[in-house]
Amino acid sequence: MLEIKNLCAKIEGREILRGIDLSIQAGEVHAIMGPNGSGKSTLSQVLAGRDIYELSGSVLFNGKDLLALSPEDRAAAGVFLAFQYPIEIPGVGNLYFLRTAYNAIRKRKGLEEMDAIDFLALAKERMKLVEMDPSFMSRSVNEGFSGGEKKRNEVFQMAILEPTFAIMDETDSGLDIDALKIVANGVNALRGKGRAILLITHYQRLLDYIVPDHVHVLANGKIVRSGDKALALELEKTGYAEFEKRGERPLRSV
Amino acid sequence: MSPVQSEIREFTDKEYKYGFVTDLEMDTAPRGLSEDVVRLISAKKNEPEWLLAWRLKAYRHWLTMLEPHWQNVKHPPIDYQDIIYYAAPKPKKNLKNLDEVDPEMRAMFNKLGISLAEQERLSGVAVDAVVDSVSVATTFKDKLSKVGVIFCSFSEAVKNHSELVKKYLGSVVPYTDNRHATLNSAVFSDGSFCFIPKGVRCPMELSTYFRINAADTGQFERTLIIAEEHATVSYLEGCTAPVRDKNQLHAAVVELIALEGASIKYSTVQNWYPGDAKGRGGIYNFVTKRGKCAGNRSKISWTQVETGSAITWKYPSVILQGDDSVGEFYSVALTANYQQADTGTKMIHIGKNTKSTIVSKGISAGHGQNTYRGLVKIGKSASGARNHTQCDSLLLGSRCGAHTFPYMEVKNKTAQVEHEASTSKIDEEQLFYCRQRGIKAEDAVSMIVNGFCRDVFKELPMEFAVEAQKLLSVSLEGCVG
Repeated sequence: MLEIKNLCAKIEGREILRGIDLSIQAGEVHAIMGPNGSGKSTLSQVLAGRDIYELSGSVLFNGKDLLALSPEDRAAAGVFLAFQYPIEIPGVGNLYFLRTAYNAIRKRKGLEEMDAIDFLALAKERMKLVEMDPSFMSRSVNEGFSGGEKKRNEVFQMAILEPTFAIMDETDSGLDIDALKIVANGVNALRGKGRAILLITHYQRLLDYIVPDHVHVLANGKIVRSGDKALALELEKTGYAEFEKRGERPLRSV
Repeated sequence: MSPVQSEIREFTDKEYKYGFVTDLEMDTAPRGLSEDVVRLISAKKNEPEWLLAWRLKAYRHWLTMLEPHWQNVKHPPIDYQDIIYYAAPKPKKNLKNLDEVDPEMRAMFNKLGISLAEQERLSGVAVDAVVDSVSVATTFKDKLSKVGVIFCSFSEAVKNHSELVKKYLGSVVPYTDNRHATLNSAVFSDGSFCFIPKGVRCPMELSTYFRINAADTGQFERTLIIAEEHATVSYLEGCTAPVRDKNQLHAAVVELIALEGASIKYSTVQNWYPGDAKGRGGIYNFVTKRGKCAGNRSKISWTQVETGSAITWKYPSVILQGDDSVGEFYSVALTANYQQADTGTKMIHIGKNTKSTIVSKGISAGHGQNTYRGLVKIGKSASGARNHTQCDSLLLGSRCGAHTFPYMEVKNKTAQVEHEASTSKIDEEQLFYCRQRGIKAEDAVSMIVNGFCRDVFKELPMEFAVEAQKLLSVSLEGCVG
């Protein structure tokens, strides 16, 4: 489904990704772990289409050149990014925002738009997945949400938009254990045939709840090791120090 | 022209003739402003002596006044001798069908979702559309007269309700008020008059849109709205459709009077020609709007959505004279391309426990310059007065500007005055978030802007609010990137 080859990203002359190779098949869950500043978030932003980077290399998504597409075209093609820091949009109702997004994607696919009533029914059903209170629907997008509520809202959006490839950028950070379980249950419910998930995380804790098929370690802009679930457990014991030494120079967090 | 069409046209022309220009030939005054021109206007309109005297006082005062210069806008000096102050309204040029309408204008009609019949009416096409609006207006008038509401053109009011006009004209905006208002007092052409008698709740929203013959009231419009004790009215001015006008200077005056327990809600959507993308042409909209809460527990609320005009200079204000009276001002002002707006309000607290609310949302895009200017004045007598001001600016791009000039004068220790202000930019991250969810950049911008304006839009009557949202999106087109 996703084929990343020698992907490099620079910002203001600084190299952040330095030759990523990664292949993800439909139905798989991959976890990318790594220390702060290793390029994890940059990778997710590059895949979703943030255009502040100088790029080289290639990314094929279902045979299409992903890097040539605009962010909205990528969304329509099935790419979803759960943001590390979900953005607030004052005055725009959460439900309205989601329906606009949902219908924009449907429209691009040549499907008929869904009306407000049907959409409300859909939203109510999917909301249960992340145990969200219906009052969130009428509130402005992420405005005044707690950290945990924002992350749940991201998973809820994912449940509505049903992407084929979801990137979850540190969705676990800032969550207490109960919220983590809720978010993980939501993601697990969406896991399955046809849908690939890329989990970006700092801690192995999340992987206790969402068990990945593959684990990769990212350090200084490169994937330095790949393995299965056992790798995550090993990392928890040894830390990232060993991998960081392999890089040529430390990088600041972006 | 088919016989039926010509018959219809004859009918509409007739209707038109029996308007306020009944026995006058179509003509214009000589270019320029003089006492003779003022007399001519008054004579053409068959006005009573007192009104001519009032116009002349205004004219003579105007000669002594200097052009205001404090506003934060730039334009070349206005040549007042190069303006024609009286032109008998002409019927709009009749076009055969919509294909003759400026394609740019049609495109905008379509984006605004204006029905075909409505498009025809607005651009002066099909005759039957006009007939349609005549019949609508007639039923409308019947319904109003049953409850005693007077809603007519200003000229008709001078003719038929002279004592009311005499009593209230200039009682809120005196002819000496400011140079533009004074000019208007001397040469005003026509406008609307509206009177809601004691205890009457006006059964429908009054809109200039339904008032026939209103299309060509010209550049010096005058509106007077009086709500007697415990009367209620909601008045809508303007429409979201684009308005082209060859007159560059518009200096209107609006006066509102609310007696005890009365409530007036005045909503405006202004979409006049803003000039082209390079800032050429466009209308100067210099308006004086003021309401007086004359009675206790009265309320005046202004809501405005300003997206048009090259320059907007307007401060809808409320004089809170009655005890416990309430003044409100909700505003969205958008400046794109090279538009300039210096707009805000004045809340003058005189009565006890008077309350005012100001919510101003300024949006600047392109090279637009947007200024909020507001005065909150609490007089000595206004014990327990309260004001809350919220003033937010949103910037799109890096070549536009937002400016805020809040003035406060508080002369009573028991008063509470609050001012909140913010300036924000639509940032890349907000846009990226929306686009990542599949929403196009342009749609995302209009969604974010509409969200920013929500506090104001929710004050507008429902259909107006929907139209205003669309209008904002259309006005922002091409502002992204």
